[in-house]
Amino acid sequence: MEFRILKRRLDIEKQIDDFLDRVSESGLLFKHGIDDYLKGNMSVFEEKMTHIYDTEHQGDELRRLIEEQLYIQTLIPESRGDVLELLENMDALLDRFKGALYRFDIEQPEIYPEFHEDFRELVNCVVEAVEAMVRSSRSFFKEISAVADHMHKVSYWETESDKISTRLQRAIFKKNELELSQKIQLRDFVMHVDKIADRAEDVSDKLSIYVIKRSL
Amino acid sequence: MFGFFLTSGLFLGWSLGANDASNVFGTAVGTKMIRFRTAAIFCSLFIILGAVISGAGASHTLGKLGSVNAVAGAFIVAFAAAASVYLMTRIGYPVSTSQAIVGAIIGWNFFSRSLTDTTALTKIVLTWAICPALAAAVSIILYKIVVFYIDHFNVHMFRMDFLTRYGLLIVGAFGAYSLGANNIANVMGVFVPVSPFSDISIFGILNLTSAQQLFFLGGAAIAVGVFTYSRKVMETVGGGIMELSPVAAFVVVSAHSIVLFIFASQGLESFLMRHDLPTIPLVPVSSSQAIVGAVIGIGLLKKGKSIRWRTLGGIASGWVVTPIIAGAISFFSLFFLQNVFEQQTYQPVPYALTSSALFRIEKADLPVDKLEQMVGKTFPNAIKFERALSELGLSHTERQFIMESSEIDKLKVTGEAISKMDADWFTAEQKESIKKLLDVVFAHKWQLAETLARSSPQWQFVENNKKQNQDLQNKLSYLYRLFRVKTEFKL
Repeated sequence: MEFRILKRRLDIEKQIDDFLDRVSESGLLFKHGIDDYLKGNMSVFEEKMTHIYDTEHQGDELRRLIEEQLYIQTLIPESRGDVLELLENMDALLDRFKGALYRFDIEQPEIYPEFHEDFRELVNCVVEAVEAMVRSSRSFFKEISAVADHMHKVSYWETESDKISTRLQRAIFKKNELELSQKIQLRDFVMHVDKIADRAEDVSDKLSIYVIKRSL
Repeated sequence: MFGFFLTSGLFLGWSLGANDASNVFGTAVGTKMIRFRTAAIFCSLFIILGAVISGAGASHTLGKLGSVNAVAGAFIVAFAAAASVYLMTRIGYPVSTSQAIVGAIIGWNFFSRSLTDTTALTKIVLTWAICPALAAAVSIILYKIVVFYIDHFNVHMFRMDFLTRYGLLIVGAFGAYSLGANNIANVMGVFVPVSPFSDISIFGILNLTSAQQLFFLGGAAIAVGVFTYSRKVMETVGGGIMELSPVAAFVVVSAHSIVLFIFASQGLESFLMRHDLPTIPLVPVSSSQAIVGAVIGIGLLKKGKSIRWRTLGGIASGWVVTPIIAGAISFFSLFFLQNVFEQQTYQPVPYALTSSALFRIEKADLPVDKLEQMVGKTFPNAIKFERALSELGLSHTERQFIMESSEIDKLKVTGEAISKMDADWFTAEQKESIKKLLDVVFAHKWQLAETLARSSPQWQFVENNKKQNQDLQNKLSYLYRLFRVKTEFKL
């Protein structure tokens, strides 16, 4: 009996790792997807879309499975609520990556080449912020003393993406060749992407509270 | 009548289960690491096992109630202790059942005009202070060690959860086992000599003595107490004093067990003695006081901010109040039982300076001339004799020796009593020296002890061997009860 229970414990550890892998993967897919979009490789972009759709689906499944086990087996009673909230927030980040990619597909905004570099940089910062958040979450489960290191990086990348977003929006509105409607559409895209980093930072703030609650 | 008297023992067992079980599983249930039902099942199982397997060693001692020399009196004393513990359980405070018993016995002492051993009282008061302090210290040290370990080995949250959960279950099971083993004598001990049960054998494999059957009943009563009424106290221990993390919960129960083991274990003491190691002083400890102390230790480590001092104050006053209530209930119920139902609640113990008593006192170099005016008088009870003695300007130890020497306890070694003796417990040589005394009558207990000691070295106390001396003392007390000549009771 003991061994079966320990095995189940190991299962849930693995499931949480898998789930965080999905979040991390969705960031990479988003980054490459945007790159493909900017390059105009629309067929590859479509592939990334299907891929991220599957990833999101798997993430949802895993999250539900984990939540169910946490409640049925009454695991980690002192942190159960926090862990559930963390997983849901991480899942929301995954959804945002998928949503942003879909939005590019639906609206197909025209992005001038001079903005490409900034767009790529913005996407990179956002993905890095989420990646740091994934690492923070992993540490939260495995090595709580290292969480602070990773969370610090979430803040760094969030600030960076804010800077780029402001710079990019200024550049967009300075560009006289663009219609106001185009400017507003591009600004929305910039803000939409930048928002993901903001959300990552919010999750990180919450995580720091969970860490305090768990501190021995 | 036996069945009726047994009910109060079962009531005591029930309230012990309802209150003391919280010490071993309270923190586990309070932190939601173990479900109440799981805890109750484990706790009951191990209490019964402890009572039947390890409690058997105590079947010759009557437990604390042994000093109560009439069954009706023991009935009331057990009832009074149980009632006071029940009251505390209703409020949800962890209290010490054995302290309630001592309180109830003091009530009986007042009623029967026997002397109360003041060391028993100071012991209780000391327990209130020393035991929580020790437990707090141990839990602080243990917590630091555990935290160091966790920080260094980076245990995964879920593995940590697994380890803590099973740690709590294992420590709890051990705690429950020793709870059953240590307390069953107090609950059922007095009923062993009057038990109508006979030994039974189950399929020829398992033999249950009548004492074990009685202990099983007592263990079952404790188990019922755990199931029906222990939840509230468990919640106080596990979350009422302060919110505990599961790891802290584990540390608290472990610290409590360590304190009970190190500072109260005679086995450990004699082990250290045998190996010429320095012994740890035995101090009075109680499971309830240890667990509260251990929780406070964790609280103090966090600068005391999370401790609910109000609850703690309530618990502490509960400790003081419990023996007092038990004493009061005991005294008044004894009065009622004796005067309304005309039951003999005690056997009077008179005192007289017999010639043999005087000879013993003289041999001990005590001033016999001071006692001259008391010779020839019989004092009906300990209080009167003590009062007469106190006017003579003797020291406390001198008085105690004189009292012990002049206590009248008529013993007669009859063939019938010898045949009732538990033959397996005594050595052949010990039995031989008892048989030699057939039909001899003693006026004092010490006469029997000294006669036996003269006839065989196996009846002599040995220096520095607490365990053996304790065993010898138990055997002697057993013989006193066996050979005691029942005196007529006069109201």
